[in-house]
Amino acid sequence: MSKKLCTIKLYTDVLIIGGGTAGCYAALTVSRRSGLSVLIAEKANIWRSGCLAAGVNAINAYIVPGHTPQDYVRYAANDANGIVRPDLLLTAAERFNAVTADLEKLGLVILKNKDGSYAARGNRNIKINGENLKPLLAKAVQQASNVQVLNHVNMTDLLVQDGRVFGAVGFSLQDAVLYDIRAGAVLIATGGAAGLYRPNNPGFSRHKMWYPPFNTGAGYAMGIRAGAEMTTFEMRFIALRCKDTIAPTGTIAQGVHARQVNARGDVYEKQYGRTTSERVYGTVRENQLGHGPCYLQTSGISPEQERDLLKAYLNMAPSQTLKWVESGCLPGRQDVEIEGTEPYIVGGHTASGYWVNTQRESTIHALYAAGDVAGGCPQKYVTGALAEGEIAAEDIIRKYRKVKQPSALDVQVQCIAAAYETILKEQTPVYSTEELEEAMQKVMDVYAGGISSNYQFNEKQLSIAADKIDRLTALSSYVAAENMHELLFAYELKDRLTVCKVLIAHLMSRKETRWHAFNENLDYPNTNDRYLGYVNSRMIGGKLQILFRDLVKGASYEHKD
Amino acid sequence: MSIKIDRDRCVGCQRCTVVCPGSLIEMQAGKAVMKYPRDCWGCASCVKECPAEAIAFFLGADIGGSGSTMTVSESGDVLHWKIHCWDGTVKVIDVDRKNANQY
Repeated sequence: MSKKLCTIKLYTDVLIIGGGTAGCYAALTVSRRSGLSVLIAEKANIWRSGCLAAGVNAINAYIVPGHTPQDYVRYAANDANGIVRPDLLLTAAERFNAVTADLEKLGLVILKNKDGSYAARGNRNIKINGENLKPLLAKAVQQASNVQVLNHVNMTDLLVQDGRVFGAVGFSLQDAVLYDIRAGAVLIATGGAAGLYRPNNPGFSRHKMWYPPFNTGAGYAMGIRAGAEMTTFEMRFIALRCKDTIAPTGTIAQGVHARQVNARGDVYEKQYGRTTSERVYGTVRENQLGHGPCYLQTSGISPEQERDLLKAYLNMAPSQTLKWVESGCLPGRQDVEIEGTEPYIVGGHTASGYWVNTQRESTIHALYAAGDVAGGCPQKYVTGALAEGEIAAEDIIRKYRKVKQPSALDVQVQCIAAAYETILKEQTPVYSTEELEEAMQKVMDVYAGGISSNYQFNEKQLSIAADKIDRLTALSSYVAAENMHELLFAYELKDRLTVCKVLIAHLMSRKETRWHAFNENLDYPNTNDRYLGYVNSRMIGGKLQILFRDLVKGASYEHKD
Repeated sequence: MSIKIDRDRCVGCQRCTVVCPGSLIEMQAGKAVMKYPRDCWGCASCVKECPAEAIAFFLGADIGGSGSTMTVSESGDVLHWKIHCWDGTVKVIDVDRKNANQY
């Protein structure tokens, strides 16, 4: 690999980092409602990148008839045991139905009742065929005016001076090119972080996980490094999934009303409660008590239900259908074994992410966050990501002004170029990127509440985890890359280590157990109302500072300090 | 969980290299090659995109796979998912993109 990268410098009004659900919809919104130019930088290709790659089988955040956006806020606040931002939840929920109607115009198939209304699945969901939802969105972006998409370009660092963002720097996965992209406003829409903890299937199928393994926390990491405030990382997300394939369980639970049973056939879900974290916790406890494995009770469903399940899974998690068919253990004959996944940091399900104002602007001026990377708004799912992309885009348009690029930023760009070139130098370090990633996942698994420790930890274990992550971070300065794709792997490792460091600090700071499994601190096994507030953090001068903030009560929130 | 690409069937259209959300497939001598099989998420985007049914999806032995593979062909709005079972039988499940899920 040549040591020198060629630099391409670009100017745009709005830079969107990450062309997934939120990023694509923000681009569409800017294009439809203003004349501003938009550039999407996407590490893969927007056609199938992000969470929607395989498809999604329902819209899980929708206000069905008889319910209101306020109901949704109450539901999500209760599920998160109070640690939410009601202003963010309400502004998202108020748009769930409008963005869904827009998706239908773009071509999304939605199941309807005879009278033409959408068919509801439960109190907050509607049924769709979401196999091609991402291509539908991507197609709309490709046809939008003033939107340029840079596929296979991975952004690594924000250009920030005096508390304002002026652009970002990244590199091409295909050519020896550094991209220096300057913008009047930047939206981070990179998704959450997978791959921090040792996964369910650590061998050949290590990436058969719930969350996209390509969402590596890049957006969090670049924000943390730039001094942006983060919130609620300690509210990890652990999904309850079908064993091995890590396919969704909600489709079975809600679709055919299957109950959670243990190996004795006892329905255990009633004993532990029905919030998202309690469902995971109950399954873990039953296994600890020797009552495992746990199952979704599907045996006895009708052949018609079984056929519909096989099709539904092909539209979002085809591995589950393949497993049923090739093993001959069809769900009507055999219950479906379930397990908890490794923990993730993901703001679409829990409240982890950037600390933003009601308009989704971060604590860095002109830097916005939407979708899984934005905190405070759990259970936003697909429609919430779309809504946040739209809210951020509207504010960007409203406040947009041309800025003069400070010349001092050129030095920052040179430093970043030097960092890339150091990794690309011919060298033979002792440890490969992959080996350090494995080591990181083991540390997190054993000392920071992974699968092998039943998601539980104590303070001593967390302090060991913090030391070990610091040591691995030091070692990560020496990783090498033979090509641009390996440079991506090196940055994914660095970003994950940064997220791990912040996560551990958050876990240590919430000295209570507010959510079983998600934050199960054995030194503090109960909830403590002193912690009925947000745990936030900020990196200042290389030091991570923890801030405790009071709950936001009103309908809007603005950054003050 | 990963994919196998049949070199003889591959027509070199590069569509799989474009759609893979992990950029894991690359072209070598005009044919698509799965460069990082252990990094596959199993989303099946490439399997659906391939016009030649050259990409087969399989479950790793570590997650209970029995050696069956799955390919997809498309006619209009209908996706024909073909499961080539380890015992030589083939099972086809058709899914119409115009039909919503019942669950």
